[in-house]
Amino acid sequence: MYIIKEKRELSQGVKLFVMDAPLIAKKCRPGQFVILRIDEDGERIPLTIADFDRKAGTITLIFQEVGNTTRQLGMLNVGDSLLDLAGPLGTATEIEKFGTVICVGGGIGVAPLYPIARAYKEAGNTVISIIGARNSALLILEQEMAAVSDELIITTDDGSKGRKGLVIDPLQEILVQKTVDRVMAIGPVIMMKSVAKVTRPHNVHTLVSLNPIMVDGTGMCGGCRVSVGNKNKFACVDGPEFDAHLVDFDGLMARQRMYHDYERGSKRCGGDCACHQ
Amino acid sequence: MSSVKHPMPEQPAHERRRNFSEVELGYDEATAQAEAARCLQCKTAPCRQGCPVEINIPAFIKHIREGSYLEAIEEIKTKNNLPAVCGRVCPQEDQCEKLCVLAKKGQPVGIGRLERFAADFARNRPPRKTAPPSDEPAGKVAVIGGGPAGLTVAGDLARLGYKVTIFEALHAPGGVLMYGIPEFRLPKDIVRTEIEELKQMGVDIVVNAIIGKTFTIDELLQEEGYDAVFIGTGAGLPHFMDIPGENLNGVYSANEFLTRVNLMKAYRFPQSGTPVHIGRRVAVVGAGNVAMDAARTSLRLGADTVYIVYRRSEEEMPARQEELEHAKEEGVEFRLLTNPVGILGNEQGWVKGLECIRMELGEPDASGRRKPVPVPNSNFILDVDTVIMAIGQGPNPLVQQTTPGLAVDKRGNIIADESGKTSKEGVFAGGDIVTGAATVILAMGAGKKAAASIHEYIQNKRKRDRN
Ligand SMILES: Cc1cc2nc3c(=O)[nH]c(=O)nc-3n(C[C@H](O)[C@H](O)[C@H](O)COP(=O)(O)OP(=O)(O)OC[C@H]3O[C@@H](n4cnc5c(N)ncnc54)[C@H](O)[C@@H]3O)c2cc1C
Ligand code: SF4
Ligand code: FES
Repeated sequence: MYIIKEKRELSQGVKLFVMDAPLIAKKCRPGQFVILRIDEDGERIPLTIADFDRKAGTITLIFQEVGNTTRQLGMLNVGDSLLDLAGPLGTATEIEKFGTVICVGGGIGVAPLYPIARAYKEAGNTVISIIGARNSALLILEQEMAAVSDELIITTDDGSKGRKGLVIDPLQEILVQKTVDRVMAIGPVIMMKSVAKVTRPHNVHTLVSLNPIMVDGTGMCGGCRVSVGNKNKFACVDGPEFDAHLVDFDGLMARQRMYHDYERGSKRCGGDCACHQ
Repeated sequence: MSSVKHPMPEQPAHERRRNFSEVELGYDEATAQAEAARCLQCKTAPCRQGCPVEINIPAFIKHIREGSYLEAIEEIKTKNNLPAVCGRVCPQEDQCEKLCVLAKKGQPVGIGRLERFAADFARNRPPRKTAPPSDEPAGKVAVIGGGPAGLTVAGDLARLGYKVTIFEALHAPGGVLMYGIPEFRLPKDIVRTEIEELKQMGVDIVVNAIIGKTFTIDELLQEEGYDAVFIGTGAGLPHFMDIPGENLNGVYSANEFLTRVNLMKAYRFPQSGTPVHIGRRVAVVGAGNVAMDAARTSLRLGADTVYIVYRRSEEEMPARQEELEHAKEEGVEFRLLTNPVGILGNEQGWVKGLECIRMELGEPDASGRRKPVPVPNSNFILDVDTVIMAIGQGPNPLVQQTTPGLAVDKRGNIIADESGKTSKEGVFAGGDIVTGAATVILAMGAGKKAAASIHEYIQNKRKRDRN
């Protein structure tokens, strides 16, 4: 049993849990994730570790209520517990002093980006962060990101905060003005795809963290496979981070839609379930 | 006396092909006694040589004949901790029953069916008394992986007075018994009960513990105070064919498909949270036990047509005869001497067909089987909307990559000798992680040998330390 020690709502439908998980907290590094299961009938879902406190033995998870499991998760409260929490999984981010690093985060993707940006900063890099959302209400971790970045740029689709537009707009400009040694982008697939497109002509090493559908998270099922440089990789063990210039984003998007009809048709959230009572 | 085995009562094929209840129903007492009476109680007991864990077969059969079923199961359990599992899934036709003297003239004694009978009879009875764990354990052993190999090591060492902890990556122990072999062939309650008995013997099971991530082997040995480690991580890495279209929606590895259905109970979706996609027409590529399980599972999920696509002929099929027959009875169609060359997709990225080429058998290859060669210009399209790849599994590399000093072969399997010793001191291994994908009972046999050599290793080390 893994107890929820703290719960916060970061923006509409985006929640933060601090989980009691000493073994995972002791070991995890930026870029890694966990697999959780709420109860005996629950599915296994991956969530990236958004922060950790080794002393307190806790990890932070941030999730958006998009599917049945995340909606059910959002209804849990402090003191409730999860049946299963396994990790840390996946390969950690390579952290070194590269020089100037741009961290690009879109929507909920800012959550996994935060510990990575912090680690880049601690390693002595100049960190420029660009975080974006559809509108100001959906922006998360603004202060946290500001604290670990030399420069923080905010964009919103509707201009309700920061620059109006997409994260790639300021990215484009910086790439023209400065030498950038590395770009790390985490967010919706469509955003990561456009970041890759923008950085490619500048020859900047660009990493993205992928979130395909997973089952075990240990390399046992192959459900998380993505084509990277025309080779199949298992995101849960070979990733989740990959060279953005080699990833088949269209293939990834198609695979993410595999169970959309099931989610919608699922009785669990068709009205006769806990979240509708 | 009858020269054939008493038949196994089964659910009729037309009914069972649409449900997940167990196919084989088991002998009743009268049938079990009658089958037991066929055994000649040979002094030499050739059957025993065929048993990887050396069960005293005539002795347990005699108990059944005399109606002492609990004695029968006691006898089996001195050698085998998982009799209800083995009675169901062991390939007895290649082991004990193959060597049974009756097999020379007719059918062998139904040893597996009798083992199952005794185990099922004893299930739901109070567990036998186990020795209370001694105050000072003989030593502390970590077992990585809760499959048949790991469970066997744990049981044997617990009985010798060791404090054993099993670390399992998934949320439930059992390995392939839980995630791979379907409910209709091996009900999960049976696996759980047999594992429960281990817990009662004092074995600790830590789930959600991925060795190589949550802990490394070196940490277990150096920081967590374990005297020895056994690695039984199985052959869990699914292979794909590397043909175009393998990433389309509707293409599964058998591991993913079976895990969704067995471990995650997708057949109860939406009560269970995990969905599985099943089309109307399914092609399963491969012809081993895993392929038969995937094909029969597809029928039960409601597919109209299910094909087994296999590049060789029926003779070379690796599946057990019994599974093959069950699959045929249930209506699985076989497309033999047929090899997939690509998977076709529609605009939304879903499977719409499997392009295959016909094969013919040529000269024998390295395995001694005639090598299938493509017939030029014989391509055709099989009209399917789901494709399941059941062409084999390799070793999961997580433990090997994080354990310096542990030797592996070219395929990535851990190198261990007959007694389970690896190249690293205090580290033992056995089961599919050493041999490549094999059988439950071979994994258990390897576990037994490893338990004995772990015992010897720890006791010798203690002696040395004392001197
Ligand atoms: C679908 C299917 C059907 C089969 N049917 C039969 C049959 O009818 N008869 C038969 O005899 N055999 C059958 N087999 C083969 C048989 O199941 C295996 O040979 C046997 O289970 C091997 O046992 P094992 O203990 O070596 O490994 P496994 O059963 O694979 O168990 C390994 C365990 O280790 C865990 N693990 C892996 N990595 C780690 C890690 N890093 N940290 C912690 N835990 C880890 C895994 O999660 C798993 O639980 C079948 C196999 C499959 C897939
Ligand atoms: S060989 Fe056959 S007949 Fe002889 S003891 Fe074994 S099971 Fe009985
Ligand atoms: S989630 Fe199963 S292999 Fe990656």
